[in-house]
Amino acid sequence: MTPRAARRAVKAALFVACLVPLAVLLADALGGRLGAEPIRATELRLGIWGLTLLVATLSITPLRRLTGWNVLGGYRRMLGLFAFTYICLHFLTWFGVDQFFAIKYIGQDLAKRPYITVGFASFLLMIPLAFTSSAAMVRRLGKRWKTLHSLVYLAALGGIVHFVWEVKADHTVPTRYAVVLVALLALRFVPARSRRAAPPRDVGAAPRVEATPAA
Amino acid sequence: MLIRRAPDIRSSEITPERAYFGRRAFLAAAGFVALDAALPAVGLARTSRARADDKPNSYQDITHYNNFYEFGTGKEDPAANAGGLRTRPWKVDVSGEIAKPGQYDLDDLLRGQTIEERIYRHRCVEAWSMVIPWNGFPLQNLIERFRPTSRAKFVEFTTLLDASQMPGQRSDVLPWPYVEGLRMDEAMHPLTLVVTGLYGRPLPNQNGAPLRIHVPWKYGFKSAKSLVRIRFVETQPLNTWNVAVPNEYGFYANVNPDVDHPRWSQARERRIGEFFRRPTLMFNGYGDQVASLYAGMDLRRFF
Repeated sequence: MTPRAARRAVKAALFVACLVPLAVLLADALGGRLGAEPIRATELRLGIWGLTLLVATLSITPLRRLTGWNVLGGYRRMLGLFAFTYICLHFLTWFGVDQFFAIKYIGQDLAKRPYITVGFASFLLMIPLAFTSSAAMVRRLGKRWKTLHSLVYLAALGGIVHFVWEVKADHTVPTRYAVVLVALLALRFVPARSRRAAPPRDVGAAPRVEATPAA
Repeated sequence: MLIRRAPDIRSSEITPERAYFGRRAFLAAAGFVALDAALPAVGLARTSRARADDKPNSYQDITHYNNFYEFGTGKEDPAANAGGLRTRPWKVDVSGEIAKPGQYDLDDLLRGQTIEERIYRHRCVEAWSMVIPWNGFPLQNLIERFRPTSRAKFVEFTTLLDASQMPGQRSDVLPWPYVEGLRMDEAMHPLTLVVTGLYGRPLPNQNGAPLRIHVPWKYGFKSAKSLVRIRFVETQPLNTWNVAVPNEYGFYANVNPDVDHPRWSQARERRIGEFFRRPTLMFNGYGDQVASLYAGMDLRRFF
């Protein structure tokens, strides 16, 4: 297998893997395995996977810099778009199923409940990132692309705060995400293992790989 | 002491004779004939406080969607982890401002009590609710036996502390043991129930076996489970959630759609098994019987 074919195969496998949580969720929903409060269970699972994929996306660049495996950069966009997909579904489940489009209550919640405000803001923050994820947009935005996309850290932080504030007392799980996020941020300040292995510019890594059907 | 009585039982609450006499047939069909012998009660008297649209939740949902942090913080953790709780022999230490303190055996406490079925709405502070057919008897009947003195102004309830039986207590998510309290008039209110079973079966461990209380007009966390200590005191006792997060959980914790939790609204709730959220009722719909307990109190302050 040529390196190029291998990359495509890995990418296809990753694409399928990212769909597995959604498939399991659908199967559990149809099989009545979501417990006594299936709507909440659905929201929780979609949110957790969104956050997990978001953190996975953020780990790509530090991993690449630590290991020198530049090939990893080619999977970053797809992971990011899947994170956005799960968070979209999380939001839509809340909006259209849990609240059933009850705009009055949705408005009150957005205004009065900090965990909902922060969660919604983080979701909004991800929209321009998703729309500027194509290779063409990366080229068009040039240096500004990297600045814009560093907002993803803010979105992840907002997602974790949203999670912490929603929980009644047991902060174990949200704390794990927070620790990983802080570690990933810290790794950003560790110099790359090998200058030679690292690409000349960070921005170049993702767009150099051809566009994927993920979006 | 003034003992408040609920208004007379409304005719709508009286179980039709056919249903009443059909009850044994139902229990027998379900295979619980032996239960009558096992229960110290003479028989089950049935009084329902449910509204017409309150259909009891399924046994499965009632026993697999629980907040009982002694067995884990997930809703299904108690069902999974409560198997190791030994509910016999079981002793309850009763002390404080009473004439008859002592270590009471569970069977002693239950002796002579008539077990009734009471269908109660249960509203969790997390904005979900259930309808539960409990079996039990008014706490009042138990308290009277201990002969409280005039200094007994509050009752404090303590849950078992034993991490070997309650694995959730290995985590410090809450300060253990779990304690709760009621004002004496709340404890003596005829709606306040000592629970020993549900759906005509012995109380499952994950629901607070062998002995718990249920106070249907208050958020669920007020209804302490697996009780090992009942103490009659003069000053307001601490309650665990209030100690853990004082600005979010009060001592009174009366169900109140107008006083939101700081982080979420209490105006609506999701009844387990229903798709649409429904409006939350003041005092969980028991206002006609309990509102007078709080006459003149600022319920925003005493939340």
